[in-house]
Amino acid sequence: MTDQAIETPQPVSSSAKEDLYTAKPWTLIWRRFKKHVLAVISMWFLILLALTGLFADMVAPYGPFEIERLRTLAPPTSVHLFHEGEFVGPFVYGLARERDPDTARVIYETDKETVLPLQFFVSGDEYTFLGLFRTDFHLFGVDDRREQINLLGTDDLGRDVFSRLVHGARVTLSAGLVGVIFAFVLGLALGSISGYFGGWIDSSIQRLMEFIRSIPTIPLWMGLAAALPIAWDPILVYVLITIILALIGWTHLARVVRGQFFAIRHEDYVMAGKLAGASEFRIITKHMLPSMTSYIIAALTLAVPEMILGETALSFLGLGLRPPVVSWGVLLQDAQNLRSISLAPWLLTPGLAVIMTVLAFNFLGDGLRDAADPYGQ
Amino acid sequence: MVSFIVRRMLLAIPTLIFISFISFVIIQLPPGDYVTAYAAQLRNAGDYITKAQEEMMRQQLGLNDPMLVQYWRWISNIVFRGDFGFSLEWNKPVGELIWNRLGLTLAISSLSLVFTWIIAIPVGVYSATRQYSVFDYVFTIFGFLGKGIPDFLLALVLMWIGFAYLQMDVGGLISPQYENAPWTIDKVLNILSHLWVPVVVLATGGAAGLIRVMRANMLDELGKPYVETAYAQGLSERQVVWNYPVRVALNPFISTVGWSLPALFSGDVITAVVLNLPTTGPLLLQALKMQDMYLAGSFILILSVFTVIGTLISDILLAWFDPRIRFA
Repeated sequence: MTDQAIETPQPVSSSAKEDLYTAKPWTLIWRRFKKHVLAVISMWFLILLALTGLFADMVAPYGPFEIERLRTLAPPTSVHLFHEGEFVGPFVYGLARERDPDTARVIYETDKETVLPLQFFVSGDEYTFLGLFRTDFHLFGVDDRREQINLLGTDDLGRDVFSRLVHGARVTLSAGLVGVIFAFVLGLALGSISGYFGGWIDSSIQRLMEFIRSIPTIPLWMGLAAALPIAWDPILVYVLITIILALIGWTHLARVVRGQFFAIRHEDYVMAGKLAGASEFRIITKHMLPSMTSYIIAALTLAVPEMILGETALSFLGLGLRPPVVSWGVLLQDAQNLRSISLAPWLLTPGLAVIMTVLAFNFLGDGLRDAADPYGQ
Repeated sequence: MVSFIVRRMLLAIPTLIFISFISFVIIQLPPGDYVTAYAAQLRNAGDYITKAQEEMMRQQLGLNDPMLVQYWRWISNIVFRGDFGFSLEWNKPVGELIWNRLGLTLAISSLSLVFTWIIAIPVGVYSATRQYSVFDYVFTIFGFLGKGIPDFLLALVLMWIGFAYLQMDVGGLISPQYENAPWTIDKVLNILSHLWVPVVVLATGGAAGLIRVMRANMLDELGKPYVETAYAQGLSERQVVWNYPVRVALNPFISTVGWSLPALFSGDVITAVVLNLPTTGPLLLQALKMQDMYLAGSFILILSVFTVIGTLISDILLAWFDPRIRFA
């Protein structure tokens, strides 16, 4: 007893501890998150990817629909630094198009004579920057009328795969995010109502969720997606596809939210709010939901890859987004058969992008979940 | 126990009625109907039919009747006569179409399910008991990769590797020269050489997720006092691990085994399409695209029935395996 009374706080030695006690929850979460190296790397990767998608017109050296008839199925151009043993900075060699004398197939030879320096901040094709103004500014490119730089090769119409990949990132990522937002709104609203009120409201919402889950996912997706007529505006189809993805995704989130609500429904601060005469809407939104923000964010992050995989699979089957919309699933349609893959393996690169993105979202979600767990280390 | 099963089955009836209706409506949703799709297909082939002919086809197939009438005609035949209707596109009874492809579908999906379990359970147990060992990390990476790679992409890549580097013909299920040949050892070997791709693809996808679940469950269980007690009794590690925590950690497997019932039936649609397998999945896809409503509707209905039955089986199994669960 006396020990405690005598002991006075020592500001110098215990400042670190003091800091820990007084730190805000978000600071604590951030500190724990930073220890998860893989999650931090994933976060930066996704930020970079999102920026690339947002500024796709600028990052891509060419437009997504630009057809170069004389460069069909050209292999990826590699960037070199040394030409004949001399350092000349980043450059690419020209590409000579020839025909195989025996099979008459088009083959490409690198033309070691032509040295095309890689230039940054060049002017190229015109585009409308974020719908604001027209410009022709591109991040990189080569200054030559006849030659191109195709970091990931070209497809069978001579379109630059890298440019299309970058434009596809915009559509695929935003479809995932928009789908998650729809699922989020639905799941949060129905989950919180279900968990807060309980009783018959809860059981009827539970029945609805069980019903949706008891319909097999892929056939349901396919059925709904097949219901979208081909003639519709691609943008409308895009919005509807995200809604279809969300229609199934929300049940998972609603279950998480409902469980949390059940757990904290009888906490003292909820009771205090009720006694103070706060409305139910206010108690739910101001007092209960903030206590589970971190869980919700982690659950959302883990839901994004599901959406992305769903979009890719549907588009790949020809039931989701359709050309001229450029998404990763649409791009993978080109790589659907063995012949095109063995002829042009670089057409599979959108698949690589899908895998990396899905993995990054999974790592980020895991990191966030661990960081948000108040009982974690 | 009996009253629990009876109650669950009674509850399933309204669910199934609702599902059958919804699936019928979903298939009817797109503008146009089978005749429109059929006419479009003919036009693509350079042929055509007149509007009057289209109208006559509709009249004959009963497509002009109100949706409820069509629904009733379809469902009453199924319930009272076990007749799933007639596929408009194939001009064959739906039951026969599905039946023809069912054997192969079941073979592939049950084989991959068995492989999934054979891989997932020992690996999950190993990862948990040797946490943070080299192999644990290897399996963790494998688990994440398996989760991240879409099935159809893995199928494509395996097909490409088989084709380009192993000189194998891996698409489809059987090489053309064996198609109508009598059953010989060569034919069986030929089928097996095709079968490994879908089985590997499906088992990898499934095992990746289950390894994570098994590992997490085992880690939860291994720290509990009863495990310590078992060790203190002088049991060997093998006895302790496999007799006690593994049995508890298997719960999620049991609670999801019922869900694999519909998956067994439909196979993995996307993988089957990519690999050009003659299973039920591509049949469903084609039916949906052509608005062949009796085929697609019956398909979705059968899948839903299997889902409901599967969930029921899971619940019963779970209650049987785990005495802590009550029939609430």
